[in-house]
Amino acid sequence: MKLLVCIKQVPATQQVEVDPETGVLKRDGVLSKINPYDLYALEAALTLRERLGGSITVLSMGPNQAEDALREALWMGADRGVLLSDRRFAGADVLATSYTLSQGIRALGGFDLILMGRQTTDGDTAQVGPAVAQWLGIPHAAWVSRIDEADASHLTVSQELARSVETVRMSYPCLITVEKDSFEPRLPSYRRRLAIGRGEIDVLGLDDLEDKNPEHYGLSGSPTQVERIFPPKAAGEKVLLEGADAGQALAELLIRQRVL
Amino acid sequence: MAGLVWNREACTLCGLCAEQCPFGAITLADGKVEIGAGCRMCRLCVKGCPQAALALEDTPRKKVDKSAWKGILVFAEVEEGALHPVTLELIGKALALSAGRHPVYAALAAQDSALAQELTYYGVDRVLQYPQQELKHFICERYAAMLEDAVARLLPAVVLVGATPLGRSLAPRTATRLRTGLTADCTQLELRENGDLVQIRPAFGGNIMAQILTPHTRPQFATVRYKVMEAAQRRPEAAGKVEICRLTSENLSTRAEVVSLKAKPPAADIAQADVLVVGGRGLKKREDLAMLEDLARRLGGQLAVTRPLVEAGWADQSKQIGLSGRTVRPRLILTFGVSGAIQFAAGMSAAETIVAVNTDREAPIFSIAHIGIVGDLYEVLPAFEAALREEGIIHE
Repeated sequence: MKLLVCIKQVPATQQVEVDPETGVLKRDGVLSKINPYDLYALEAALTLRERLGGSITVLSMGPNQAEDALREALWMGADRGVLLSDRRFAGADVLATSYTLSQGIRALGGFDLILMGRQTTDGDTAQVGPAVAQWLGIPHAAWVSRIDEADASHLTVSQELARSVETVRMSYPCLITVEKDSFEPRLPSYRRRLAIGRGEIDVLGLDDLEDKNPEHYGLSGSPTQVERIFPPKAAGEKVLLEGADAGQALAELLIRQRVL
Repeated sequence: MAGLVWNREACTLCGLCAEQCPFGAITLADGKVEIGAGCRMCRLCVKGCPQAALALEDTPRKKVDKSAWKGILVFAEVEEGALHPVTLELIGKALALSAGRHPVYAALAAQDSALAQELTYYGVDRVLQYPQQELKHFICERYAAMLEDAVARLLPAVVLVGATPLGRSLAPRTATRLRTGLTADCTQLELRENGDLVQIRPAFGGNIMAQILTPHTRPQFATVRYKVMEAAQRRPEAAGKVEICRLTSENLSTRAEVVSLKAKPPAADIAQADVLVVGGRGLKKREDLAMLEDLARRLGGQLAVTRPLVEAGWADQSKQIGLSGRTVRPRLILTFGVSGAIQFAAGMSAAETIVAVNTDREAPIFSIAHIGIVGDLYEVLPAFEAALREEGIIHE
C-alpha cells in the first residue's frame, strides 16, 4: 500500500498581533513545528502501514525550513520526505495550494491513499484536502474520526457530520482528512533519529511538475486576495478583586447582582 | 507571473524589509534582496519600504463579465431529514446583502418537497430541489456536482455554504471544480456595488482578521460560521418557486458509497449553555478540569476550554471557545487560569457577565472581565464554592 501524508510547517505560537495603526504584524512568524493536526494523519498512516504493509511518503509545500518538519516525520516513521518549494509557489491561496500539492502528488505518482490533518493551525480553512481530491479526481471523506476497515482495495471510514456519523466505503485511490479522536500520535523515535540523522529530503520545484505554467501557481493562480488584515475588536470594563477573601467576595457579588 | 518585484536602482539595502517580514522570507545577500518561498504575499514589505523599491506586480487576469453573474445562492444543508439551522442564517445574510437588489436562490438535496417549499416562506426567490435517491446521503462528489449544476443554471455572483463539517467538505470541492475562489469560515460579509463580496474571517488562530476578495472569478464562494449571522424570519406567505432538477448519471458516478448513517448522541453544546466554567493554561494538570466540570454541573452549566487545552489533547474541540472554536453568549462565564488572548475573547466577549480568575494582573482577560480576581485559581475556587454552598446556591 502506497500512502502519502501531506503536512505543513506552522508557527509554533499563536501569539500574533496586528498594530492597529499600521496594520503591521507584530510577531516573528518563523515556521517551527508540524501542524499538530497533521500528526494525527501521520499516525493513521503509520497504523495502516503496520497492518497492511507498504510505504509512507510525507509531502509538504513551503520554504526550505519546512525540511525540518519532514525530517521529524521521518523520525516518527515515514519512509520518504518530499518538499515542494519554489519562489513561484509563494502567495498561494487554497485553490493554488491544492493545485500545487496535486501536481506534486501526480509527479510522485501511484498513491493508494492520501491522508491529511483536518486543518492547519495557521490557515484554519480545512479546505485544502477536499480541494486536492477534486484536482486529482478521486473521492474523499473529511473529518474522519475512525478507520473502520482497510484492505488492499478498499477503505471504510467514519466521517463526522454535524448531527450524524456517516460510514463511507471507497476504493483506492482516495483521500481522507482525519480528526484526532482515534489517532493519538506517537513520539519521534530517538533510535530512528539516530539512525536517520538529517536524512535526505527530496525537493521538487515548478520545473519538476507536469504543469510548468507559472501562472497556475502562487499568487497568479490564486483567485482570492487578502485586501487587508486588522486586529479583532476588544471591548469591556472591569471590577478587580484580590486577596484571601476574593473567592467569597465573588460569590457575594454574583448573588447580589442576581447573577447566581 | 504575479509576484513581488525588487527594484535594484531604488533600493538602498537598508534591510527594513527583511527585518519586518513576519515570515522571515526576505534575505539580503551579495547586495541583493532575495524573496524566498516562505513569502505569503502579505505586502508588508511593499508598504514598509521607504524607497518604494518593492512592488507587487499582478499579471493581467482573464476578465470575467461580472454583470453576467447576479444574485446569491444559498446551499441549504439537509441532514437527517431536516434543514440545518445555519441554512436560515445564510438566507438571512443573503437577504441582507441583496437588500432587494439581487435575487436570492437556494439549492438542496431532498426527497421531501416540503423542505423545499418551506424555504419559499423565508424570502428565497427560486429553490432548486434535487430529489434523486442517490443524493439521499452525503457523498461529497455528488453534492459538488449538484452545487455545480445549480451554479450553471442560476449564474449567481455569490454562493454561501454553512461552515459546518458537511459545508467545509463540499465548498472546496465545488469551488475547485469551478476554478474559483473560496473563503473559509467567514464571520462578516458585505457586498460592494460591483458585486464583489467582502469576506472577513479570523486568521492565525483568530488573532488577526483578514478581509478577502475574489475579484477576478465568479461565483464567489464563502463558507459562513454557524451562529454568527441573523436567521431569516418566516413570513406568513410563501413567495418564490420550487424547481425540480436532476443530475445526469455521469454526474452521480463515484467510487464512494455510504454504508451506514448513525445519529450522534446529542452532545452537550457549549454554545447553548446558560453558564460556562472555562479552564485555561493556568490549570496545572488535566485532572484539574474535573473540579471545574463539577462546578459547572452544580451551576447547571457546562465546562469549556481554551485552544491550548484542546491542542494539548486535554479536551475535545467541541468544548473550545474562540474564533477557531465556538462563539458563546452565556448569561455567566467564569474563567479560571485563562489569559484571554484576543482570539478567545472574541468568542465570548458578548457574555452578559464575565468573571476572570488569573494570577497575572496584566493578563488581557482582565480588560474584558466585569469581575476580575487577581489570584490563584487553586485558592479562589475552593473559597468561592464554599461561599456558594453556605448561601445554598450549590449543594453537596
